[in-house]
Amino acid sequence: MRRARTRVAGVDAELLVNDAARLLPDPSRRRFLRQVGSLGALAMLTGCDITDAPSAEKALRKISEFNDWVQARLFNPNRLATTYPDSAVTRPFPFNAYYAEAEAPDVDEERYRLILDGLIANKQPWTLEQLAGLPQQTQITRLVCVEGWSAIGKWTGVPLRSFLERIGADLTAKYVHFVCAEGYFSSIDMPTALHPQTQMTLAFDGQTLPTRLGFPMRIRIPTKLGFKNPKHVIGMTVLNNYTGGYWEDQGYNWFSGL
Amino acid sequence: MSTSTTARSARNLGLIHPLYVRITHWLNAIAVFIMLGSGWQIYNASPLFAFAFPPSLTLGGWLAGGLLWHFAGMWLFVANGLLYLALGLKKAHFRRKFLPLRVADVVGDLGAALTGRLSHADLAVYNAVQKLFYLGVLIAGLVIVASGLALWKPVQFKELAALCGGYEGARLVHFFAMASIVLFLAIHVLMAVLVPRSLRAMIRGR
Repeated sequence: MRRARTRVAGVDAELLVNDAARLLPDPSRRRFLRQVGSLGALAMLTGCDITDAPSAEKALRKISEFNDWVQARLFNPNRLATTYPDSAVTRPFPFNAYYAEAEAPDVDEERYRLILDGLIANKQPWTLEQLAGLPQQTQITRLVCVEGWSAIGKWTGVPLRSFLERIGADLTAKYVHFVCAEGYFSSIDMPTALHPQTQMTLAFDGQTLPTRLGFPMRIRIPTKLGFKNPKHVIGMTVLNNYTGGYWEDQGYNWFSGL
Repeated sequence: MSTSTTARSARNLGLIHPLYVRITHWLNAIAVFIMLGSGWQIYNASPLFAFAFPPSLTLGGWLAGGLLWHFAGMWLFVANGLLYLALGLKKAHFRRKFLPLRVADVVGDLGAALTGRLSHADLAVYNAVQKLFYLGVLIAGLVIVASGLALWKPVQFKELAALCGGYEGARLVHFFAMASIVLFLAIHVLMAVLVPRSLRAMIRGR
């Protein structure tokens, strides 16, 4: 996927370089490794300083993997997220990313191609026009951020399930991995990819998806936390290997189902 | 063994708190400590109100760490809570300890407590204020688990979320259940300091 990303057309080269730097482990995020157990009182209570013990983080990660397993079992593929009336849409819809709003990648519509890879029969790249030509679906659903806040959006796009069927993806594969223009990446389980509300979003609130919300295409998953709804998606891979994600690799729970 | 004989044998041993109560009490103390510290960390990522918790009181270092602790601690909190509830119901612990609870008794005992005249001579018998507090914190515990489930799985458990007033409503319910538990904890710890025999009883059983 890394090679596919650098080859991709429609992405500003300079921006990609900037964002490649962001892909490297951020030292400020690394503090998680050291501070995950830091609490003076806990150290006092237990009589041992778990701050320096990577075992505490290892144990927490194991439990997080167990929670992935539990959530996959709790996930009902036919259970729909609540939908809302048009009047409930949060306007303006909040922007949230690990970069400033002005730094959101400016993807060239003409040169944009959605690159496909992995267990897919037809890996022909897709233009935005081709994607827009597919049957569209609109949903008004709540986006829940890992930070706790939530907002209701009106999303229009191609159901991911119908797209995966169209390109001949192996629907028995375990994961779908997404790569974004800014270097962000995330992966989801196949049952969620096939959920009727999981969507390749091209429009927001009746308008072309704005840059701040992920132009030209974002994956909208009302059954997962916001960070599992990647924006500016330029690559999609169907595979059986676990590939994690930008935030997941830093400690956010991978499944993060709602 | 029937309920009455269990109670009698506990009394014969001079036990104020049976072993299962003491074990689940201290496991719960650890779980609550983890859930509060990590919960405050999560709260700080997107505060509901115009204040944040001091970072020194939070657990996990940053949001991801807080979430890892919270979703690990929940298993201890819930499993231990279920064990306590199951054993408490089986041994009629709640009925014997917390009931009957009459408004007049609460008012009377509260007046006595505030004027320093409420007796703690027999630790095995709870006064009306204690009954109200322990029942209240049990209910807060159930509410915090229910609203927590609604926040964790607002789609899979959407009926539960709707019962809490939707996702945003569940955030408020979860917060105020936490606040009531913290209020309980402040008074609970203060009373344990004022009546040190009660702390010893929760460790040694008598």
